Amino acid sequence: MKRDTELPALRLENLTLGYDRHPAVHHLSCDIASGALVAIVGPNGAGKSTLLKALTGELAPLQGTFRLKAGRAGVAYLPQQSEMDRSFPVCVFDMVAMGLWRDIGAFGGLRRDQAERVHAALAAVGLSGFESRQIGALSGGQLQRARFARMMLQDAPLLLLDEPFNAIDTRTIEDLVAIVLGWHAEGRTILAVLHDLELVRRHFPECLLLAREPVGFGPTAEVLTSERLAIARRLASDFDDAARVCQRQPERGAA
Amino acid sequence: MIADALFTPFSDFEFMRRGLAGCLALALGATPVGVFLLLRRMSLMGDAMAHAILPGAALGYLAFGLSLGAMTVGGIIAGLVVALAAGLVARSSILKEDASLAAFYLLSIATGVMIVSLRGRNLDLLHVLFGSVLALDDNSLLLISAISTLTLFALALLYRPLVIECFDAAFLRSVSGTSPVAHYGFLVLVVLNLVSGFHALGTLMAVGIMILPAAAARLWVRRLPAMLALAILIALASGIGGLLASFHADVPAGPAIILAAGAVYLLSLALAPGGMLGVRLERRPHLES
Repeated sequence: MKRDTELPALRLENLTLGYDRHPAVHHLSCDIASGALVAIVGPNGAGKSTLLKALTGELAPLQGTFRLKAGRAGVAYLPQQSEMDRSFPVCVFDMVAMGLWRDIGAFGGLRRDQAERVHAALAAVGLSGFESRQIGALSGGQLQRARFARMMLQDAPLLLLDEPFNAIDTRTIEDLVAIVLGWHAEGRTILAVLHDLELVRRHFPECLLLAREPVGFGPTAEVLTSERLAIARRLASDFDDAARVCQRQPERGAA
Repeated sequence: MIADALFTPFSDFEFMRRGLAGCLALALGATPVGVFLLLRRMSLMGDAMAHAILPGAALGYLAFGLSLGAMTVGGIIAGLVVALAAGLVARSSILKEDASLAAFYLLSIATGVMIVSLRGRNLDLLHVLFGSVLALDDNSLLLISAISTLTLFALALLYRPLVIECFDAAFLRSVSGTSPVAHYGFLVLVVLNLVSGFHALGTLMAVGIMILPAAAARLWVRRLPAMLALAILIALASGIGGLLASFHADVPAGPAIILAAGAVYLLSLALAPGGMLGVRLERRPHLES
């Protein structure tokens, strides 16, 4: 994939998202460059998952817009694991093969080369031999590996990961981080919601600190300072049920 | 002798053959839908929708008497309304979906019984509540078979989106716009099949032929296609067993069919690999990895 330095992969313009008029993400403007590897951090309730949901089109903005260079079709989204029903009877191969949805759609069968791509993706995440296991029989880490394999097959230029390393052992995290870094090396743009600040400092060059308001965006070392983190904690905790209507005018480059 | 007991009722009596045809159609249409209801954890939703069909069918009955078309259309409309309204109430009030469904179906069944008794005799009420699998006329049979045919085609078309919608709806929404098609298409199939089950088994037991075989099959097999096939076989066997029991022991056919399916379910619950005893009886040595 060739890097395109002119257009940002993602441009947020005065984006406000929320539920029941209460903003969960408030007046967020920023450009994510093509090929960037960005960690989105912030306290619980800071609007991190909400932002990803909006980018996949699941949630309409209350105000503002965003532009995706690759369009809706160029986005691959990995929701939190808890949103899956693991008791459903489906095997690992079938689940991972659904990463090819854009090629095979609702009716197409798998051609031989496509089936081989599924096997290759499973091998790349260390799940060779698990093809016919039921997803209910996988551990949390194995299931996450399978979900990464599915995302690999989606072959999208913009990847959105929602807490991909939650409740997963260090060995698996290392393997999955290596996969993410591989995607980064291929020139894909990656946004990942993360809680482990150490991991962010080690592997993610850029960081967006959210606490409903954007608190900082830029090189990780400059964003994750103790002052900014303190601001983020304070902002996320005040929530006013009787909040007045926001009168703030759109401003450019607020973050 | 045994062959006589099994075959002569069907070869000698037309109403038994009609009942058999109805059961075959229901097993092929309603039971696969029941499998998905079960896997989507919507078994109770199906129950509530079945009861919701009653006032619609009853209104059709009030206006046109025991007319197949009027009762069918009324039932379909009422079922869809309740399915959508229950979801709406759950989303826009603090009540959870199970509470709003329970409220709707209690209201529906009371309204339905009230409407039927405004005009009808007790016999009609019994017909509506418990169906008449042994009195299916040509039109009812055609309707049931048509709905089953439509269901099989629709399931074939929707199969992949529906499966993904069941276990990972967020992923489906992120790759395609078929998620609402799968969800609402499935609800429509549920209502259609409940109406077709309603003609044969009545509004109180239409869900039985959907959920009981599905639950029994779930206990035996792990893969979805096998589960669908097994559930259809169980439904068909229960249909035949129930009709024969009804013929020989002179008991009502609808409840006999559901009880036959219930017996298979209880047996599976005890013996199947996923059942209560099965989990403990299966003492095969564990593998190395």
